[in-house]
Amino acid sequence: MFKYILKRLGICVLILLGVSFLLYTLLRCVPASFVDYKILALSQNTDAISDEFIAEMKRAYGLDVGIVQGYFNWLGNIARLDFGKSFISSRPVLEELFRADRMGTSFIVAAIATVFEFMIAIPLGITAATHQYSLRDYIVTVLVMIGISLPSFFFGQVLKDLFANKLNWFPVSGMSDAGSTLTGWAATVDYLRHMFLPVLTVCILSIGGRMRSTRTNMLEVLNSDYIRTARAKGLRESKVIYKHAFRNTMIPVVTSLAGLIPGLFSGAMITEQVFDLTGIGNYALTAMTQGDIPVIMTYNMFLAALSVIGVLLADLMYAVVDPRVKLV
Amino acid sequence: MEEKELQETAIEEIEETTAEEVLSTEDGETPLDKNVKLMSPGRMILRRFFRSKLSITGLIMLAALFVFCWLGPVVYQQWGEIETDYTGAIEYDDYVIEDANNGGEFIQIIVTNNGINALAPPSASHLLGTDEQGMDIFTRLMYGGRLSLSISFLAVFLTSFLGVVLGGISGFYGGIVDNIIMRICDVLICLPTLPLMLIIGTVLDANEVPSEYYIYLLMGLLSLFSWPGMARLVRGQILFLREQEYMVAAEAMGYSTARRIFKHLLPNVLPQILVSMTMSLGSMILYESTLSYLNLGVRIPYSSWGTMIEVISKRSDILQNHFNVWGPPGICIIIAVLGFNFIGDGLRDALDPKQRR
Repeated sequence: MFKYILKRLGICVLILLGVSFLLYTLLRCVPASFVDYKILALSQNTDAISDEFIAEMKRAYGLDVGIVQGYFNWLGNIARLDFGKSFISSRPVLEELFRADRMGTSFIVAAIATVFEFMIAIPLGITAATHQYSLRDYIVTVLVMIGISLPSFFFGQVLKDLFANKLNWFPVSGMSDAGSTLTGWAATVDYLRHMFLPVLTVCILSIGGRMRSTRTNMLEVLNSDYIRTARAKGLRESKVIYKHAFRNTMIPVVTSLAGLIPGLFSGAMITEQVFDLTGIGNYALTAMTQGDIPVIMTYNMFLAALSVIGVLLADLMYAVVDPRVKLV
Repeated sequence: MEEKELQETAIEEIEETTAEEVLSTEDGETPLDKNVKLMSPGRMILRRFFRSKLSITGLIMLAALFVFCWLGPVVYQQWGEIETDYTGAIEYDDYVIEDANNGGEFIQIIVTNNGINALAPPSASHLLGTDEQGMDIFTRLMYGGRLSLSISFLAVFLTSFLGVVLGGISGFYGGIVDNIIMRICDVLICLPTLPLMLIIGTVLDANEVPSEYYIYLLMGLLSLFSWPGMARLVRGQILFLREQEYMVAAEAMGYSTARRIFKHLLPNVLPQILVSMTMSLGSMILYESTLSYLNLGVRIPYSSWGTMIEVISKRSDILQNHFNVWGPPGICIIIAVLGFNFIGDGLRDALDPKQRR
């Protein structure tokens, strides 16, 4: 087991090296870098900018070296846990990314949405499976399929238009009412009201996949021999389903928990942009349009690391939950 | 429920055989093999597919969309895709101004000639009105659909081709080749798609790619990064099939590698490939529209469904007051994606050999 984990961790490091090199190369392929924009902005104020000044600027931002050299410089800094400073704000990248209103906001939206996703999708999946090909199955299937098919920006805008603009039930965008001085309980309520529509958007979009997989799992379990045995013993149907079948349906669900990790921290880029939240997704989107290389690199590498670890954890969980699985 | 349907199938099958039965009962006895009607696997799959109401709904939805997008512009030629309606309405704004010096008030009328008939409500000449540039929405919907649908087909075929070839090589030959291809897969899967597309979009922007080819190039590059899913699927299937007795037999018969791959392996992987392709057609449409929404896709004046919605991210007055501008393309996207998902779901059920029905 221990040896297995060590081996897998080694592969993870190799994968991350590959990912980072690809990303860095791509980022440096963007011809108009942040520095170019900055110089362009400066040149509008002063007439002449010397070549030395430009070279000096590029050196200051670490863009004066070639791609390979630049990559190894970046790697060296990472090894010393120096993630660099954001080009835009000149503050350390880690401090920028892991602020409560960035990572925190994204995490809260994703966490609440995930909890509701599970609470809604799993019961739906189970009833759809136990009533296969009935009217109930069709209605549930069609509804969640519509959920999967919605483009996130379109659905977000529709919700915003309907509930915020027309009905005025929820605030249109942002994190809190402008200039509000609410404290304590009232502030929490206000915060939750701002979070409601984004959470709803993320939740509706993700219910479908979870419900479909629960349904498929449940159908598979219901067709197995031990369920027939349980029925043959004369157990009540509710006991067969909720005790015997449900537990085995949960195996893939539990293992998929680990796969959720990157999603919890990545931030829903489009949804955050639609509702103008200060989450990490929206921040990364801005960083990407402005060529803020340290922020983009750290953000994407953070996500890549989380997803590699998520896959590893999922495999480990599988062995924990299902005793038939042996890791080699 | 299931049993009842099984019975129905049985009854149908018996009914189908009666005609042949009459011919063969000259000696008063029915030959046993005439009693059973054999269906080819293909027919069984089709039968299962068309039994599901959802897959038929999906087919109808997509057929309607394709007819609308490809035949629509041929029939409805009132407006072109990038034709602006210059019959701009003349607007009268009147203000009542109080004359402070002499007392009383006078009315000031400001006449504006817009020139462009922008944001017109639905009418006989513009079935769905016009957008903020005075272009006919109904027409753009049809042309946009052509683009959105054909791009997603293109991207899916490219992705699947790469995935099948690389996954096939990886699964069939194994060893070091397999190891290398799978590690590349791992790396590519870790790259978050949306950020990646944003970066590639900026690179394309800087190289001044002409706006007609822009989206094709972008989606082509997207497939370069999105084949690992398909490759893993194909590899897994081939690894499983390679160990089956019939493949060992094929090898023992001395069949060539090409024959073993194309005649014996591929047909058995094909069902999974087809299902996964249908499902990804839907998600490619979503990707294309998201990219267009982020201003990375099809460029104005050319239209795609995503580009047509994009305007609401800039102008909240259109979001609030002109549903006819952004609603129809959104609904079209939903219909298309839903159609592909329904068909994919139906195909998966129909192609599953474990299903008895």
